[in-house]
Amino acid sequence: MKERLQAWIPKLVLGPSFLLILFFVYGFILYTGYLSVSDSKMLPSYGFVGLENYEKLWKLRHWTSSLNNLAIFGILYIVICSVLGLLLAILLDQKIRAEGVLRPIYLYPMALSFIVTGTAWKWFLDPGMGLEHTMHAWGWESFQFDWIKSRTHAIYVVVIAAVWQSSGFVMAMFLAGLRGVDPDIIRAAEIDGASRARIYRRIIIPMMRPVFLSAFVVLAHLAIKSYDLVVALTGGGPGKATELPATFMYSYTFSRNLMGIGASSAIIMLIMIFSIIVPYLYSELRADKQS
Amino acid sequence: MKLTTLAAGITFALSIGAAISPAAAADVEVLHWWTAGGEASALEVLKKDLESQGVGWQDMPVAGGGGEAAMTTLRARVTAGNAPTAVQMLGFDITDWANEDVLGNLNSVATEEKWDEVVPTALQAFAKHDGNWISAPVNVHSTNWVWINKAALDEAGGKIPETWEELVSVLDAMKANGITPLAHGGQPWQDATLFDAVVLSMGTDFYKQSMIDLDMDVLSGEKMVEVFDRMSTLRSYVDDNFSGRDWNLASAMVIDGTAGMQMMGDWAKGEFVKSEQTPGEDFLCIRFPGTQGSVTFNSDQFVMFNQEGDADAQLKMASAIMNPEFQSAFNVVKGSAPARTDVSDAAFDDCGKKAMKDLADANEAGTLFGSMAHGHAAPAAVKNAVYDVVTQHFNGELNSEEAAEELANSVEAVM
Repeated sequence: MKERLQAWIPKLVLGPSFLLILFFVYGFILYTGYLSVSDSKMLPSYGFVGLENYEKLWKLRHWTSSLNNLAIFGILYIVICSVLGLLLAILLDQKIRAEGVLRPIYLYPMALSFIVTGTAWKWFLDPGMGLEHTMHAWGWESFQFDWIKSRTHAIYVVVIAAVWQSSGFVMAMFLAGLRGVDPDIIRAAEIDGASRARIYRRIIIPMMRPVFLSAFVVLAHLAIKSYDLVVALTGGGPGKATELPATFMYSYTFSRNLMGIGASSAIIMLIMIFSIIVPYLYSELRADKQS
Repeated sequence: MKLTTLAAGITFALSIGAAISPAAAADVEVLHWWTAGGEASALEVLKKDLESQGVGWQDMPVAGGGGEAAMTTLRARVTAGNAPTAVQMLGFDITDWANEDVLGNLNSVATEEKWDEVVPTALQAFAKHDGNWISAPVNVHSTNWVWINKAALDEAGGKIPETWEELVSVLDAMKANGITPLAHGGQPWQDATLFDAVVLSMGTDFYKQSMIDLDMDVLSGEKMVEVFDRMSTLRSYVDDNFSGRDWNLASAMVIDGTAGMQMMGDWAKGEFVKSEQTPGEDFLCIRFPGTQGSVTFNSDQFVMFNQEGDADAQLKMASAIMNPEFQSAFNVVKGSAPARTDVSDAAFDDCGKKAMKDLADANEAGTLFGSMAHGHAAPAAVKNAVYDVVTQHFNGELNSEEAAEELANSVEAVM
């Protein structure tokens, strides 16, 4: 009796949340999928129109420009965060004093919401009251940094703010990875006369491969679903220069009463995320089986 | 448009909460986004009035200017079969909801109080659907205003501009005096507010054909190219730091004299009045040069949802909204004109008196048009298509010819 209970308890405890997730996540994914092939405008409606919404979506310049923005933002964000995170982790890993103080300082931005980050950076980079204004007030008249107001550069401002927020988190991941490296290997390399830089380049960084993969997956899905940062930082402007698929989706579904097109753009984003997550899960699960 | 992200999340939680506690029989549940100072206190007047008639008020405020978040909440509520009694709404949103067949009917009270005779015709196009009254309009904002800092105008020659050419020379003089001639915030709806006024200044027929009838040839025609040229001209008088600035910060620039004028709807007046400025002495309110005699408007209305046979409290609320005394009290605070033409203008300041007179005249002359920028000329999808093009052009992504071409294409794509 007792044994049977022990076998059942985990299932009983997890059951409700499993059902809720099944319904509220996967159920609604299917629902959105149906909306994307329906004739929904302001409210959901269930007339079937096939792939018409997708055709309309890919004809919209607005959609292709938000995909371009996502490509610029995503690639820069992932690359810079990974490089910066690794660099910070290596520097922190030099057995320095006060590491316990420095680590939370770098990690702390992650605790803020993207809305807060966006609003703060918006003020900080506004030429009329932020950095540029302060430099002028201090007498450096020729200083210029008005990227946030420029159509061609605004997307890079989004990258800067996002990197500031996330690189500390990536640093923590790499730091954990570095701590996991077997000291005997490093000692062996030192005895062979390898320099510090060479040890990092040839031994330690290659051993970080799984961390790179995890960081990539986390950052990539953050990039694709980026919404609140853009809304708070630039509102998609100047013009449409920082519009991303997520802001596009919200706008078409809720302000333009074109729910069908909004749903189809959501499904495209889902496909993007799945194409990253599914191979990752597959490799993780395979690794589990092998071990 | 504005920061609605958080609000959307919160409202979803709220709407679930509200779904659990349905309104009692003699209550009205009111969904609105008037959460700020003056508007909120004006609503208090309505609340008190209803309570004296034994009608309780269940407040359901959803923050987020423009009401986008409120509309998202409303979708959830109506889809769940639990519509509020009354919802604050604008323009074509009303028409869209009326087409869903979920609204109430106010004919009994409208007939009794003769609304047909006092509400401007152009407003009735939204407040009535298939000949039935479905909503009670609270105010009429007009959007083709220019707010001018008087000291800055005096320095620039002191003549109030009445034509496009005169406007340009005043702006030039202000530029020469070292201030920002035109205070403007780079947000799509603000860009479109300028666009509205410029289109209207090219002629009332042109406005009607392009913005209301959505005539493709007119939308891509030569006159539209000229409109975009004028938009470029206006852009040259805006400071480089305009992108993303909120409209009230632009008003503040005119108030403190760092900028000469702002082109904005009459909600901007509230900012001037709050800073203890007097119309005629510290600032001037004029119609956009070339548009005197016609008015582009937007109007807040309380749309009544079908209450399944329990409409008594709803009718009382509609009657209270249309009460001339409430209309006067509310609109003095809001900066708009009353939604009926028989309200005394005694309590209003000079700009308010002018607004009411212009509105009555335009209503008589048939030159009262819904504003495209504020969702009273075309449905949301078209409005946003116009936003896209106007904003891209204003930010230099398109030249005037391309913009006119793109305008027709974008509008056609969503029709």
